[in-house]
Amino acid sequence: MDALLQFIFSGVTVGAVYALVALGFTIIYNASDVVNFAQGEFVMLGGMITVFAHQAGLPLALAAVLAIIVTAAIGVALNKLAIEPARGAPVVSVIIITIGASILIRGATQLIFDKQLHRFPAFSGDDPIRVMGATILPQSLWVTGGALVVFAGLWLFFTRTLTGKAVLATANNRIAAQLVGINTGAIMTLSFGLSAAIGALAGVLITPITLVSYDVGVALALKGFAAAMLGGMGNPKGALVGGLMLGLLEALTAGYLSSQYKDAVAFIVILAVLFVMPQGIFGKSSTERV
Amino acid sequence: MMAGRRKWLQLGVLAALIVLLPLFFPSGYYYRVGALIFVNALSVVGLVILIGYAGQISLGHAGFAGIGAYACALAPQHLGLHPGLAMLLGALISGVVALLIGRPILRLKGYYLAVATLGFGILMSMVLTNERALTGGPDGMSVEDLGLRAMLRELGWRLSGGEMWYGVSGIALLIGAWVALNLLDSPSGRAMRALHGSEIAASTVGIDIARQKLRAFVISAVYASIAGSLLALQNGFITPDVAGFMHSIEMVTMAVLGGVGSVFGGILGAAILTFLPQLLTVFAEYEQLVLGAVMILVMIFLPQGLLPSIGRRIGRKGE
Repeated sequence: MDALLQFIFSGVTVGAVYALVALGFTIIYNASDVVNFAQGEFVMLGGMITVFAHQAGLPLALAAVLAIIVTAAIGVALNKLAIEPARGAPVVSVIIITIGASILIRGATQLIFDKQLHRFPAFSGDDPIRVMGATILPQSLWVTGGALVVFAGLWLFFTRTLTGKAVLATANNRIAAQLVGINTGAIMTLSFGLSAAIGALAGVLITPITLVSYDVGVALALKGFAAAMLGGMGNPKGALVGGLMLGLLEALTAGYLSSQYKDAVAFIVILAVLFVMPQGIFGKSSTERV
Repeated sequence: MMAGRRKWLQLGVLAALIVLLPLFFPSGYYYRVGALIFVNALSVVGLVILIGYAGQISLGHAGFAGIGAYACALAPQHLGLHPGLAMLLGALISGVVALLIGRPILRLKGYYLAVATLGFGILMSMVLTNERALTGGPDGMSVEDLGLRAMLRELGWRLSGGEMWYGVSGIALLIGAWVALNLLDSPSGRAMRALHGSEIAASTVGIDIARQKLRAFVISAVYASIAGSLLALQNGFITPDVAGFMHSIEMVTMAVLGGVGSVFGGILGAAILTFLPQLLTVFAEYEQLVLGAVMILVMIFLPQGLLPSIGRRIGRKGE
């Protein structure tokens, strides 16, 4: 029982990060129909920039804010320089562009910073908290809490603000949104910036637990993408549920079956979900118009 | 008739290039690079059939290259099979696996198809990495010699390893290109291109789209598998990287870079992306930076790929 609780704690922590990455995928996908394979690099950038800004003497909180702002700017640049010029290109081309962007960002990061593993101190120390026989790191609470705040904030943003509703309208029907006077270009910029900022925040939160290096983005992108698919692409609620489910599944597999194959089970589940429910758990089934 | 003559002309040009290029090699090392280009081109030709003809994407084809490579490494050791036969066994396994997983996977479209194939590729590389007892894990394992060089020597033909593999891979590529071009002009190839244009239109004229997609998937898997086997045999050593996610991405990028609509576009893409890192070894640190930038720039400015864009520039319709 203690062991189960322990696995659930670690599953929820990792799952919260997957959920944030999946949310990043979802926001960009909704605004532009693009699956951004560079999403994992945003998480990496969040961690790396914080590390080096902190080493350069900035207080941790300021370093983290700086990292989030810089990463958001990189997200906006990605949209302006690589995604917008290729508007209307086939899916394969867009996949290659975003994968190219992720390779580019990784290459630039290892040049500008280095190839080492880094971490910075946890926000509230490293002393584990005991809960019913299991332990949880204070940083895990930061990760989970941070994810919840982001999801709640976005829910308010999408349902209570005019700009948020404009994003939803653009996601729903781009041309109709343009016709009612929504600046869809600005919405795209906002979505990429927001998505990159969320990724960077995830990176800042998780780095004290999992460490960061220039190449951690690929695995995170794949897991986040898988989580988004599991929940149903384009649905923020799906991103949350998909991310947490994936995190829990991984933790339970690592605990009870095989730690080597914990990544495998995630993909097996995704294949199974895609075969049985090709639109994901929360996705709407679509019909193609001729 | 015209199409037939054109096909032979194209194959003739390719064969001439393969034969004549060594005249310009500054050192024996370039035979190795050439052989690597041909092997990569072979798997890319398979992807041209899947992506360019049938319009289906795969981000997991390195998984099949892994099957082919490890078949050549494992079958001689455990089954006592000749490495050449092991290559065929690998191709057979890849084909059967593609047939089994292709049926459910190919019902998916676009990004969903991308993530499903990606999942397959990752599972494949994970098995190869984790089954240490069998595959040696991430450190890889050695591959038995094909024995072809010794055979040629007995016939009085003394070739260096690089020269021999240059020839063998070149011939394999020629055969692969020939098969792909034949397929293009066959009823099956036309059906594939029709479903690429519009699945609904294709099915209304009686094309069994599920069957044609599956056919393209299986054929491309066999191409990737044979390319993986050749890679294993010529290196004499293999690591799970051959089945890794990055290798799948490289394959798709090569195909799309050159122009995924044509066999020769794919070959051109493979040549460029295989040669580029050799050029950049001096700037090894910049390799990823340059590769990423090339991928983005080509997709933005030459969305059809290099070959068709060059063709159009010259003033005639690209291949």
